[in-house]
Amino acid sequence: MSRLAVSGSGRRPGVVGRILGEHPAGTAFVTPYVVFLAAVFAYPLGFAVYMSFHDYFFTAPGAIVERPFVGFDNYVTVLSDPAVRRAFGNVLVFLVINVPLTVVLSIGLATALNSAIRWRTFFRVSYYVPYVTASVAVVGVWLFLFNANGLVNSVLGPLAPDPSWLVNSTLAMPTVAIYVTWKQLGFFILLYLAALQNVSKDLYEAASMDGAGRWKSFLNVTVPGVRPATTLVVLLATVTGANLFTEPYLLTGGGGPDGASASPVLVMYQKGIEQGNPDIGSAIGVLLVVGVLMLALAERRFVGRED
Amino acid sequence: MRLRFIALLVGAFVFLFPFYYMLVGSLQAEPDPSVTGAFPSPDNVTGQNYVEINKAIALGRSLINSGIFTGGVILGTLVFGVLAGYALARLHFRGRGLVFNLMLLVQVVPFQLLTIPLYVLIVRSYGLADSYLGMILPFAINSTVVFIFRQYFLQLPAELFDAARIDGAGELSILWRIAVPLVKPALLTGVLVTFIGPWNEFLWPFLITKQQDLQPLAVSLSNYLTTVAARAANPFGAVLAGACVLAAPAVTLFLIFQRRFIATNLESGVKG
Repeated sequence: MSRLAVSGSGRRPGVVGRILGEHPAGTAFVTPYVVFLAAVFAYPLGFAVYMSFHDYFFTAPGAIVERPFVGFDNYVTVLSDPAVRRAFGNVLVFLVINVPLTVVLSIGLATALNSAIRWRTFFRVSYYVPYVTASVAVVGVWLFLFNANGLVNSVLGPLAPDPSWLVNSTLAMPTVAIYVTWKQLGFFILLYLAALQNVSKDLYEAASMDGAGRWKSFLNVTVPGVRPATTLVVLLATVTGANLFTEPYLLTGGGGPDGASASPVLVMYQKGIEQGNPDIGSAIGVLLVVGVLMLALAERRFVGRED
Repeated sequence: MRLRFIALLVGAFVFLFPFYYMLVGSLQAEPDPSVTGAFPSPDNVTGQNYVEINKAIALGRSLINSGIFTGGVILGTLVFGVLAGYALARLHFRGRGLVFNLMLLVQVVPFQLLTIPLYVLIVRSYGLADSYLGMILPFAINSTVVFIFRQYFLQLPAELFDAARIDGAGELSILWRIAVPLVKPALLTGVLVTFIGPWNEFLWPFLITKQQDLQPLAVSLSNYLTTVAARAANPFGAVLAGACVLAAPAVTLFLIFQRRFIATNLESGVKG
């Protein structure tokens, strides 16, 4: 019966076929993947929400202890913690710098790359290299470049900031934001390059017939033409930015100076794992997801609107 | 036109210079942060930094760990990803639409948000701290690659499969003998796209490996950066030497296969 159903494309489905569909083998083929998604995404997500509403703490494996429901206690603790509030404020500063800078630079460079120009492959490759390189590796060289006696400061001479970039409480977060923009830009340039292929050439011709210069046709044809890509870039950059961890951990020595560049994920790690309060950590995580979702919806409204 | 070219050139300089400087810095006997230090000078060149970092974090061991972690993820993605991608493209079964939507949905779930519950589950409940399995598990099947496989399988002609089914071939042998040989380019793309994830991943292996001889290079290098470097004779030189070793495999693969990387990215951009 089941054999018939497996090989039976176009034949009358058997009992198994009626329950599972024309090709029951398909169910078997996706099972490992579905189990993976359930174990690594769905269950942990639910578990995080559960922990955030309970008094959850680490125990020896197998120990049975009571983990009472505490309502919003963990959230109250989190929101009244100045370190957490500061981290959420920091990530807003990060996004305000990173997202617009990413959009402007990647749309500009993609437009320039899209014209018939020498060395296109060379440019595309060089913009993409930071994206494929481990952040841990590139952080090493940025530390060398931006340290108090580093190359950047020796080029700037008397204009160098004091205290230097990464140990300056005003400049630390913007420096991290610029680092991340630089690191991710290649990926976004390619997204825009793809989108530019879909902008009709006729529109540019029409614009130049109307006497529009290069700048005018960029503003009136290119920018509206790649709007769906812009929505995508803004959303992706926001999600990536909200998950900032490696850079403040390594570039500014754990969110320094004095928490000025701490990100929510960094604080989540410190409270949840280093200090052993997974319930508090989970509450930070849930708040971060809710915050990112609200921000993403607002951005979609704002960027994705039709003129 | 010339202005555009100059802008692109300045951009390329900004993107490539740190990599050049990484290499130059890794070869300096004395760290030279002045402007002239950006040009290698023959009397300040040494391989000592590589010896130094190798002594501190056992480069060979770390590279093997990175390799096992990355290899495990690639293997899981190839085996289970091909199965899932083929089923999603070619087989009609109950729940296919649901699985497809889930696959798209998880691509926007940021991994960091799952960090705490995954840590509690994998380290505390399953006791998989300091093990390759624990490292690999959360990344075992790359959903982007499942999507890429599905797209490739969709492009194959339907008659091919119908003919094989009439001959009585089972689905597994159709997949293995007919479909997979026709999508070999997809397998290479899958390997490339999967590779950079675990090779560059820092947070997760950092959380679950405390034993130094199990740490991938990204983790051991960052531990060196945050703790040991302060006490070394030429800390920057050693860090940059480690950075070069960590960056080299990913950058080399990218340079060899750049067309494929960029084409994949362009396609996913068009479809996304």
